[in-house]
Amino acid sequence: MNQYPKWKNILIIALIVIGGIYALPNLYKSDDAIQITAKRQGKVDLDLVAKVEQILKTKTVDYKQAELENGQLIIRFSDEESQLKAQEALNVAKLDDYTIALNLAPTTPSWLAALGAKPMSLGLDLRGGVHLLIEVDMVSAEKKALESYASDLRDLFKKEKIRNKRIQISADKLNIGFRSIEHRDLADRKIRSQFNQLVVEVKEDDRTPTLIISLSEVAKREIHTFALQQNITTLRNRINELGVAEPIVQQQGESRIVVQLPGIRDSAGAKKLLGSTATLEFRLADYEHDAQDAENGQVPVGSKLYHDRDGRPVLLKKRVMLTGERIINAISTLDQQSGTPAVSITLDGKGAGQMSNATRDNIGNPMAVVYIESEIVNREVDGKTIKTSIEKPEVINVATIRAQLSKKFQITGLDSTAEAYDLALLLRAGALAAPIEIVEERTVGPSLGQDNIDQGFKSVVIGFIFVLIFMAIWYRVFGLVANLALAFNLVLIVALLSILQATLTLPGIAGIVLTVGMAVDANVLIFERIREELRVGNSPQASINAGYAKAFSTIADANITTVIAAIVLFGFGTGAIKGFAVTLIFGIATSMFTAIVGTRAIINLIYGKKRQPKLSI
Amino acid sequence: MQLLKEQPHFNFMGKRKIAALFSIILVIISLASLVMKGLSFGIDFTGGTIIEIAYQEEADINKIKATLENKGYQESIVQTFGSIHDVLIRLPIIEGKDKAKLSNEVVAALQAVHDTPIDVRRAEFVGPQVGDELTEQGGLAMLYALIGILIYVSLRFEYRFAIGSVVALIHDVTITLGVFSVFQIEFDLTVLAALLAIIGYSLNDTIVVFDRIRETFLRQRKGSPVEIVNQALNDTLSRTLMTSVTTLLVVISLFIFGGEVIHDFSIALLLGIVIGTYSSIYIASNTVLAMGVSKADLLPPVRPEGHEIGEDGSQV
Repeated sequence: MNQYPKWKNILIIALIVIGGIYALPNLYKSDDAIQITAKRQGKVDLDLVAKVEQILKTKTVDYKQAELENGQLIIRFSDEESQLKAQEALNVAKLDDYTIALNLAPTTPSWLAALGAKPMSLGLDLRGGVHLLIEVDMVSAEKKALESYASDLRDLFKKEKIRNKRIQISADKLNIGFRSIEHRDLADRKIRSQFNQLVVEVKEDDRTPTLIISLSEVAKREIHTFALQQNITTLRNRINELGVAEPIVQQQGESRIVVQLPGIRDSAGAKKLLGSTATLEFRLADYEHDAQDAENGQVPVGSKLYHDRDGRPVLLKKRVMLTGERIINAISTLDQQSGTPAVSITLDGKGAGQMSNATRDNIGNPMAVVYIESEIVNREVDGKTIKTSIEKPEVINVATIRAQLSKKFQITGLDSTAEAYDLALLLRAGALAAPIEIVEERTVGPSLGQDNIDQGFKSVVIGFIFVLIFMAIWYRVFGLVANLALAFNLVLIVALLSILQATLTLPGIAGIVLTVGMAVDANVLIFERIREELRVGNSPQASINAGYAKAFSTIADANITTVIAAIVLFGFGTGAIKGFAVTLIFGIATSMFTAIVGTRAIINLIYGKKRQPKLSI
Repeated sequence: MQLLKEQPHFNFMGKRKIAALFSIILVIISLASLVMKGLSFGIDFTGGTIIEIAYQEEADINKIKATLENKGYQESIVQTFGSIHDVLIRLPIIEGKDKAKLSNEVVAALQAVHDTPIDVRRAEFVGPQVGDELTEQGGLAMLYALIGILIYVSLRFEYRFAIGSVVALIHDVTITLGVFSVFQIEFDLTVLAALLAIIGYSLNDTIVVFDRIRETFLRQRKGSPVEIVNQALNDTLSRTLMTSVTTLLVVISLFIFGGEVIHDFSIALLLGIVIGTYSSIYIASNTVLAMGVSKADLLPPVRPEGHEIGEDGSQV
């Protein structure tokens, strides 16, 4: 007699029902949709719904439904064509305070959604989009930090009356010469006590007493972390301006960022916006000297020659008052006194302090905003490729300081409201803390994405059917039972992936296909054992029992070793391979359950109560 | 239906010297090809750009090549991909050009000389540093997987079995790589994933056979090691074939219907399954025999209060 206790049967049925419910949402095809979210002052409310509906009606774009959902407006369309037409119409309508993005909206019925059942999200290779791997140039980040320390040290030397020569900045060191050994030793002591992030080294052999200063390992690590985090924030902000639904911006390793933009077709535009290494600096203008003279080669000490966008020379002080990193908000507005376009800027605490110090003594003097774009260029030096970033600064505006500034101030002197708007947008999205380089791109067009879905689905279904037929022919009733278990296995994998909200990719589908093939193995092992037992002359019930018992350790051993390989895959792999490994691991786990416990339950129901059943195997 | 109505009695191990010779020849050919021809690495490992473009009409390869040469992309390779409408363009990393923008420039150049809109199905760019890292990580992953397996099998069985399974795995991976090298099939990231899947699969097969060998050793009182291994292989033969066939069925379905992108992936799996099945019969067991395994090696260590051998022959 082979009977499972009642609780075990109930448990299996419960698992199947739960699995079924959570796998179900994947059967509903998603709608092509447009997702509208609010930027800054924009509000997603019924007024917006009415406005959008009006726009779509006047352009005669058909849509299925417009609804508010979690603070965003989702407009569903019956096909891709009307979705794209609608996007065009909405872009023309200039809804400036909103981000308009193409998206796929799930059509999960409300009763399923209420249970928290959601479909798996599709990977970029299945739905189309842009995947970028971006490397942050840490050498530049370190150099920038050194430059900022150099300026701090100049202040320190001034305050302590230490007489030093020029501070030379080389690749990763500051080289400071002093007038005498006493000055040098004083500087040494002061730096050591006040800047514990710096490593000070006394250079003895030189004729001038010299200190060599570099960043400590801790400081470097902090700089790296900061540069990475800051760049991630900036990239996120820029992507929001781009209008992408469900973008992914994630750290990968110590100096890289993964950016995934589903549904983006124009990869060139996306790369340009993301790769823009623009940073901002505020500098005092050198109004005492003539910029034209400087253009002819006579640049005064302490000043640096810049050019504005039209190529006119502008002379600015070398010292940076403030960098764009300190800006926490920027809004385009109108100057209350003159009525001219302006940008209202809010600084963080540190920035407010710097600004207040720098402007206190310069009321009435002009101040410039410098926009710096850097480009990474590969150069061959001694057969090795060396990356260098070249800065291209541009003065975008020069305005007069009217009062001592601190946390909040305005930049005026802008040509138009459009310019004010652009400047605000740029400041708000923030600058990259260090230049970046795109080191990997994978763009999948929507047509290939659809093909991949179709082909992936087709290969799973056909492979599955092959196996079902084969098993039914080979093991008859037992084969049919195994097939049932295989189907449950598929449902359970999909349910598990949906519950964990894993992303389904093409290699993921391959993983599922492979587990289908391997899941059968457990049943083959069991059934072959049962046949063997029968051949030896054991009774049917004893054979079933022994078959399951003897095959178990083999199945466990075989599966555990495969899981070891899959875990290694997961550990080292990037996106696509991870997807394969995850489905493989889940597939093995669920197949152990369905192929052993699941089939046994059914076999027990069919044969368990009979004394001498004739096994159809 | 049963493939083998009667208990089969093939003398597998009788031909083990021939099999060993056969395998050694294959491995030597594979290694020779790997050394001389090397692998045709895809851009995942070498770095570079590939672009897949669909034309509405039949794609004119010569015109595309001419356009690219005019624009200064001399080293580009253009070939049809899957259908006559689709082309795949491969570009190496070109010094002095902005690598990340290359694909967009090429597409713009091709569109400029073509009247109907062209559809960019896929554009991939991998920088040289990423490629180098992948090669290194791929090798390391393989190594870690092998070490992990070696440890597990040593714990569960005996060191000879662990060595046997790893020898079989190295055999499978080398020959699969050899086929990729001899026929210069592109080796990309998905193929690497397939190789790791093969390790998993072949191992699965080997473990099942080993399990049976151990069980037979413990159960049967008489018989030489060769006879016992033969017995075990015959006992598991029908399972080995069944599992290979079902797995092959799904992989063939992947190969035929899965699309161009996972074509090479399925080839690797197909090869791996065939070789893996062969190696668990001939290579893994052969190695164990060659190292002189005997019944005494498999008896569990004597413990003070006595010990039990599981009903299924497994040691607990």
